[in-house]
Amino acid sequence: MSNIKEEIQKRILVLDGAMGTMLQQYKFTETDFRGERFKDWHIDVKGNNDMLALTQPEALAEVHRKYLEAGADIIETNTFSSTTIAMADYEMEDFVYDFNYESAVIAKKVAEEYTLTTPEKPRFVAGSMGPTNKTASMSPDVNDSGYRAITFEELRIAYKQQVEALLDGGVDVLLIETITDTLNCKAALFAIEEVKEERNIDVPIMISGTITDASGRTLTGQTAEAFLISVSHIPLLTVGLNCALGAKDLVPHLEVLSKKSEFGISAHPNAGLPNAFGEYDQNPEQMASQIKEYLDKGLINIIGGCCGTTPAHIKAIADLVKDYKPRPLMVEQV
Amino acid sequence: MESKQKKYLKLSGLEPLVVTPESNFINVGERTNVAGSKRFLRLIKEEKFEEALDVAREQVEGGAQIIDINMDDGLIDGKAAMVKFLNLVIAEPDIARVPIMIDSSKWEIIEAGLQVVQGKCVVNSISLKEGEAEFIHHAKLIKRYGAAVIVMAFDEVGQADNYERRIEIARRSYDILVNQVGFPPEDIIFDLNIFPVATGMDEHKLNALDFIKATKWVRENLPYCSVSGGVSNVSFSFRGNNPVREAMHSVFLYHAIKAGMNMGIVNPTMLEVYDDIPKDLLEHVEDVMLNRREDATERLLEFAESFVGKAKESKVDNSWREEPLQERITRALVKGIDQYIEVDVEEARQASDKPIEVIEGHLMTGMNVVGDLFGSGKMFLPQVVKSARVMKKAVAYLLPYIEEEKLANPQEGDSEGNGKILMATVKGDVHDIGKNIVSVVLACNNYEIIDLGVMVPPEKIIQEAINHNVDIIGLSGLITPSLDEMVHLAKEMQRNNFNIPLLIGGATTSKAHTAVKIDPQYTEAVVHVNDASRAVTVVGDLLQKETSSAYKIRIKEDYDDFRDKFLKRSVKKEYKTIVQARENKFQIDWGNAKIKEPHMMGIQVIENQELDKLVSYIDWTPFFRSWELHGKYPDILTDEVVGEQARDLFSDAQKMLKDILDKKQLKAKAVFGLFPANTVNADDIEVRNPDDGNTYEFRTLRQQLQRREGVADYALADFIAPKESGVQDYIGTFCVSTGFGTAELAAEFERNLDDYSSIMVKALADRLAEAFAEYLHKEVRINYWGYAKDENLSNEELIKESYKGIRPAPGYPACPDHLEKLTIWELLQVEERIGVKLTDSLAMWPAASVSGYYFANAEAKYFGLGKIKEDQVADFAQRKGISLEKAKKWLAPNIADD
Repeated sequence: MSNIKEEIQKRILVLDGAMGTMLQQYKFTETDFRGERFKDWHIDVKGNNDMLALTQPEALAEVHRKYLEAGADIIETNTFSSTTIAMADYEMEDFVYDFNYESAVIAKKVAEEYTLTTPEKPRFVAGSMGPTNKTASMSPDVNDSGYRAITFEELRIAYKQQVEALLDGGVDVLLIETITDTLNCKAALFAIEEVKEERNIDVPIMISGTITDASGRTLTGQTAEAFLISVSHIPLLTVGLNCALGAKDLVPHLEVLSKKSEFGISAHPNAGLPNAFGEYDQNPEQMASQIKEYLDKGLINIIGGCCGTTPAHIKAIADLVKDYKPRPLMVEQV
Repeated sequence: MESKQKKYLKLSGLEPLVVTPESNFINVGERTNVAGSKRFLRLIKEEKFEEALDVAREQVEGGAQIIDINMDDGLIDGKAAMVKFLNLVIAEPDIARVPIMIDSSKWEIIEAGLQVVQGKCVVNSISLKEGEAEFIHHAKLIKRYGAAVIVMAFDEVGQADNYERRIEIARRSYDILVNQVGFPPEDIIFDLNIFPVATGMDEHKLNALDFIKATKWVRENLPYCSVSGGVSNVSFSFRGNNPVREAMHSVFLYHAIKAGMNMGIVNPTMLEVYDDIPKDLLEHVEDVMLNRREDATERLLEFAESFVGKAKESKVDNSWREEPLQERITRALVKGIDQYIEVDVEEARQASDKPIEVIEGHLMTGMNVVGDLFGSGKMFLPQVVKSARVMKKAVAYLLPYIEEEKLANPQEGDSEGNGKILMATVKGDVHDIGKNIVSVVLACNNYEIIDLGVMVPPEKIIQEAINHNVDIIGLSGLITPSLDEMVHLAKEMQRNNFNIPLLIGGATTSKAHTAVKIDPQYTEAVVHVNDASRAVTVVGDLLQKETSSAYKIRIKEDYDDFRDKFLKRSVKKEYKTIVQARENKFQIDWGNAKIKEPHMMGIQVIENQELDKLVSYIDWTPFFRSWELHGKYPDILTDEVVGEQARDLFSDAQKMLKDILDKKQLKAKAVFGLFPANTVNADDIEVRNPDDGNTYEFRTLRQQLQRREGVADYALADFIAPKESGVQDYIGTFCVSTGFGTAELAAEFERNLDDYSSIMVKALADRLAEAFAEYLHKEVRINYWGYAKDENLSNEELIKESYKGIRPAPGYPACPDHLEKLTIWELLQVEERIGVKLTDSLAMWPAASVSGYYFANAEAKYFGLGKIKEDQVADFAQRKGISLEKAKKWLAPNIADD
């Protein structure tokens, strides 16, 4: 098995696109979501995509295949919300380990199929770790700005469980993504460091923050550089940005990260900004033409797609990047 | 993967702090330390956390680049206080932008602090005092939490108090951290212990010098680390003699910084400028610090006597008053200071041959600087409007002299400005904030402005343009009917053979509308200008003789081109017929819908609403937008680019708001009614007024644009139960206004040449009106109608409209037709009851008014009507009993082009 650390120095790696967008196309019903295992579950579960690892594994494998077919080097596990915190809405905290483990196993199996066909182009599985639905440094109650709905400790425990399950399932990389609150991310990093120490292993970590809007800041108010500084205490494979904005709008922030960071740089932007109906309508060519700017400027080591992107988008991106060199990792600071 | 990033100490709050060799001394704020500040200790003990936050804020505003927070006191639960205070600090962007130093001698407090701060902090402190094992354990955790650390020069034996002990402990600590723990060396900060000098004890003589020497050693021998310390300790023996203490701090820092001390806790008000220390005092202090004489301490003690109690001069920096005249005038204009402008202008007048030369020379030189700074984005709109206020005062002062001069030399013609611009808000429209801002900014650029005010009929605009021989006409409007007025005026200008450019601006205007509807009506240049900074360049390009004709041709071509592209847009939109759309209306299961009969049926009037109650309902974001400062409140206050301006503007706004409230300068009134209602004929809402038994009908409009399958085609009527369902439903209508008094206040400010305040009062009145609408809606939901009794929402949630039910307003996206206002006025007797009038274009007067409907159904939501087709327009005309032509005129902005 080739090492992803070496691989990102040889070429720009392509991360897959949106999972949710693809799963929507199956139009799964409440019954489909429940499958056999949860047919008597006491709460509606339609929309809980992460449980599909247990109830519709074939669909997940199929989406993974489509992305690999399109040219993705890294596929993400379907585990964005697989923490006890995010699963509380469905009262499915007890199944979090299974969601993570099974998702990782499914993705790993498909990735290995493809690696076998073209061993010179190894495929990797990234264990997706979302921000959860609670923020550790922001109050949900504007009348009480000192209140917190979740603590660092609770996040650390939940993330630790997710990390252990993802690693048990065989992921190659851990990807903390869509980071809206840097403190949540720091709890995840803390958990990963604990697992690394306990198991005496090293595991590459990708982290990806979200600049929420034109203010150029994260949800919790940090600039891109402040965010970078806040998470640079752990050796990372890449640091990057995803979601909220389209490719074009990420450029200035990626430039900051690229200039200031000694780690690799990743981006997986949305397919443009949502239109009035909440749909993303940037087509693959448009998105690829915007991503070309990243490449011309040498900003990127790993590139993929977030909301609204499809295998067609990933194919357009993969076709584009193969002619470019990755951003060199030894950056001389002026 | 060898890193080539330089190893600098990098910290973060909301913003980064990178300490490079070029960085100036990093100043750590110490007032949020219960051990260092009596006031802070008292506030924490009394749990007055809000006031304690002010202490933190003052420090950041005073220039602290890091704030040290310490809760170590026997009578405080340190861990709880630390967490609570940090959580509050994090929520204040103006404080949280700087990194935090978590200061405690108890590990559990430090760790609790590290768990609540997202940025990269500094831990203050750890040391070898309790042995290596604990030191390593803590350092490892600090690394994992992602913080830098202060290491005290302290070990198992005790605190380092001489040069050798300092370097011995520093080296040992460094080696353990870097080699055993893998701690990044750039994240290590040594506190090498600053002890008092001049205590009279011999063993203290070398305290400062040893610190300085050890600092130099550490910076030279322990790569990448920093050195810090608490400076005030050094002058401890001179408590009560601030002039001497201040000099001591400066001297100590001067030498310690040279040796490599790059951060520290310094009280900035207890610091003299090194170069300003009187020579004799300096000599005495340096003798002590550097231990240059045996009798240094005695000599300083003696000398210090003469300094006791000397008060420091006032801190207001008026040194700019010493500068040459032109610099003073320019500064007054750039900074918006009107205090001395008349004195300076008088001085300039006496130095000039003619008073007009002061305007053309001194004042224009200053205003050009303002213009350049604004143009290059270094000044923001509120500042420019303040500059204009100073300019106006200066000109007003000069006017009598200019008049006198004219009488003396009548043959000399008027001085020529850059050009004359007529500005007007079109007929039927009352909104003028944007227009006034553009006028002020243009006036700053030496254009003469003929401002005709609001609701100006087209005949008057044409006539005044001819009378004044203006060079440009600028039109403004906010409501949709104004768009048609602008088209009409363009036609009139054409008919009257005008040959001057026409500028279009205002919230509903757009380049698309200007290009497609206005530009074709007028052969001369028509330009859409929606912000004040662009107005200056556009007007400049239009009037500059050399560039004007080429620019006009370019503009014309640009708009032709834009129009062609717009009309040929590739995607041809598909529409349903109104009949098809009605079949796909939004369905509510009326059999099971929870409908609440209002508690208070009929019409209520609020004669004199207390304004104080409305303040917390204000949504400030649009307020900043009206001043062209873009960003969300409160984040905008700490924005990197416009934050400072936003804060100034906000503070001025708060002052004026307070005045308005204290002096009750504005009057707020409302009328609203809750009525039985049902939907009839698919899209009409039939309302019965129980007071007189009369019925009224609101005609709603339905979406027709072909959209995704499964998405309904909405009309507001869908949210009210149809008559045939047999369910009795209800609707509300309202009008609120906070505009009574605005016009008078604004006029008074204008008389005092204060456009800034005049614009401000209007912008505030608008915000208060929106706040009143929000407040009243809440009252209706909870009390008058009472369908959401248990609702408990914060202001932010109100702004986000997270409540149940909606209050759409005629003229806005869900119901863009303004004509329904007439029905509201008739039903509620709005004008008779509270005096809010409707203009020809159905704008409300006073302008700071809001009117609309209340829909209570849980499924009611805001939507945008979008474009509609002729079949619905014809149907609407028929339902409403008006001519097709009239319906087309009023619905024009929403009728789809074929």
